[in-house]
Amino acid sequence: MSPAVKNTMLFAIVALLIAYVGFAQGWNTALVIVNMGLISAIMALGVNLQWGFAGLFNVGIMGFVALGGLAAVLVGMPATPGAFEAGGWNILSAFVFGVVVIAAVVLVRGRMAPGVLRKVVVLGMLVAGFFIYRALFDPGVEAVEEINPALTGYLGGLGINQGLWVALAWPVGGLFAAAAAWVIGKTALGLRSDYLAIATLGIAEIIIAVLKNEDWLARGVKNVVGLPRPTPFEIELQNDPAFVERAAGLGFTAVEASTLYVKLAYAGLFLIVLLILLWMAQRALNSPWGRMMRAIRDNEVAAEAMGKDVTARHLQIFVLGSAICGVAGAMMTTLDGQLTPGTYQPLRFTFLVWVMVIVGGSGNNFGAVLGGFLIWFLWVQVEPMGLWLMELITSGMADGSPLKAHLIESAAHMRLFTMGLVLLLVLRFSPRGLIPER
Amino acid sequence: MDFLNAFIALSNFVIIPAVAYGSQLALGALGVTLIYGILRFSNFAHGDTMAFGAMVTVLVTWLFQAQGVSIAPLPTALLALPFGILGCMALVLLTDRAVYRFYRAQKAKPVIFVIVSLGVTFILNGIVRFIIGPDDQRFLDGERFIVSARTFREMTGLREGLAFKTTQGITIVTAVVVVILLFWFLNRTRTGKSMRAYSDNEDLALLSGINPERVVMVTWLIVAALATTAGVLYGLDKSFKPFTYFQLLLPIFASAIVGGLGNPLGAIAGGFVIAFSEVTITYAWKKVLGYVLPENLAPDGLVQLLSTDYKFAVSFLILLIVLLFKPTGLFKGKAV
Repeated sequence: MSPAVKNTMLFAIVALLIAYVGFAQGWNTALVIVNMGLISAIMALGVNLQWGFAGLFNVGIMGFVALGGLAAVLVGMPATPGAFEAGGWNILSAFVFGVVVIAAVVLVRGRMAPGVLRKVVVLGMLVAGFFIYRALFDPGVEAVEEINPALTGYLGGLGINQGLWVALAWPVGGLFAAAAAWVIGKTALGLRSDYLAIATLGIAEIIIAVLKNEDWLARGVKNVVGLPRPTPFEIELQNDPAFVERAAGLGFTAVEASTLYVKLAYAGLFLIVLLILLWMAQRALNSPWGRMMRAIRDNEVAAEAMGKDVTARHLQIFVLGSAICGVAGAMMTTLDGQLTPGTYQPLRFTFLVWVMVIVGGSGNNFGAVLGGFLIWFLWVQVEPMGLWLMELITSGMADGSPLKAHLIESAAHMRLFTMGLVLLLVLRFSPRGLIPER
Repeated sequence: MDFLNAFIALSNFVIIPAVAYGSQLALGALGVTLIYGILRFSNFAHGDTMAFGAMVTVLVTWLFQAQGVSIAPLPTALLALPFGILGCMALVLLTDRAVYRFYRAQKAKPVIFVIVSLGVTFILNGIVRFIIGPDDQRFLDGERFIVSARTFREMTGLREGLAFKTTQGITIVTAVVVVILLFWFLNRTRTGKSMRAYSDNEDLALLSGINPERVVMVTWLIVAALATTAGVLYGLDKSFKPFTYFQLLLPIFASAIVGGLGNPLGAIAGGFVIAFSEVTITYAWKKVLGYVLPENLAPDGLVQLLSTDYKFAVSFLILLIVLLFKPTGLFKGKAV
């Protein structure tokens, strides 16, 4: 069987699986899986860029995804009236001051001769800078958070909420993630691979901590709800006589048709983004740049001997891959219509994406897309399957036995177990994944 | 000015908690660093190994409590700890045989090991949640305080109380005992010496007839004991919740790297560096400064450098500083 036929069949199988869900559990459920599958596929593309092309081990995907979500808030939500005047300038000047201090410290450190005096001066500047920064920052935050804390209490955003303009948040999410990735990359790339892993793991936790605690930014754990969406609202469609008529013509009720319509609209938008990114990733893979990346991945020393700047290239691809994860994160937050920092979990947002890339086939963009859909499907469907399995196992036990109750109650945790098992089995018996790199 | 009260307040809120937390981190970091030294990869499943060992201990503790077995005033968990260690040893030997040995035979790259350990993390996480559920579990019993704040105040007549929890005392004593045992083992016994030789130079160790599989097995057994002890002590001191063990991974790795990966002494030092920085930076210094400074200089605010929610940020920042300026750690580690 030629690879092309095999790959088409693999995609067809995943499509059939989703179609089966459509027939068995309803098309709304199936479309929810498709939409998140599209987003997962984009995340997997980003990770594949880093791992498959360049061999960089990034376990901070959750952080970049969350930063993308922040962009959806900062672009989409209207500015809180009076918030910027109250504290925005303080916060802004604090940030500018912070950057100036760090720049000054770097400058001074470069100019002075190493020794005790330099250490004292640098440390003194940092400590003094920190306290001045807090003195500027804290009153600003207080002023912003005082404004109607039950509803706003944050700066708000640019208020771009008209139709397709909402999608502007997605590339902005990419930019946010790219900026964070640049800072990490600058410090941790060039050291051994485990260090990058731990540094990214840490930064992801910190980004989530910032989102949870900085209420002036995006309301923290109070969540921002009601984000603008690029698609019409279901209720608007249901009140539109022309839409109801067309739905009736196709044999749907207005409610069913409107929910399906909105989900299909999202799916269309996401598909466009995925196709653009996939096209770009394919072009990159087959370009001289892509070949250079793989050469660096396979033998850094040889690539360096050929005059390639390994660290700079690593930084480049690390930023690009993280940006793609940021785009996906912004899309996900737009789809959810809310930013809920409390729901970001590393197992769900970092390691699941890794399973997607490895199962799909690292180094192959189509593999990453396939893995995104397949693993997302499993993630959603393992729970009912696990429940069914547990009911089967416990069917012989007496009703009301504590073991039976415990087993059925715990079936939900089968997900993590299954994902780990899938990852280990693929790594062991088919380490190149379902669609291997060519 | 009242230095005595200031010192008591400082001990109560900073020194004692930081020493206890530092001991827990040090035990965790020792496990990470031993795996790194012998098996040469960063074990991301370490946090969940701790959770698994602690879970077995919790289950055995409940069994003992139901049977009425107790060693009051000490917590029953100490009696159950050896069983937890045995359970954890069985687990790590099983994962080594089923998972890691294959890649060792292939001489796979370290990063493959790390990804594999992620898979193990998933599985362990699933197992732990499956057996005991994702919620907080209480398994502490026995006397709560060695010295409670009120008795201390009555005893000394000072305004500040000093509370010394039993769990903190047990943590510190256990950590000291475990570390002494470990170093005795590594430096004095034949097996320990072969482990160090293997860690320093694999080829030379193989040439001198050291059996690598045996070294690896012993390492896993020690790591299981360390991880379970660390997990149980942390669970006793704070509470047992599977997810927190995953989150402990960051401070533990930070400790191991700050001290120098692969260097046991460094892991201990790193644990205390991280713990003390976390606690001092997130502590509100108002009370202590209020005692030390003259009245007109006493601070109005909390004088808290960072809110407690950012304690991860502290370990991360220290990690970054060490990586940037001294990538091999405070004590010379193996990693470059």
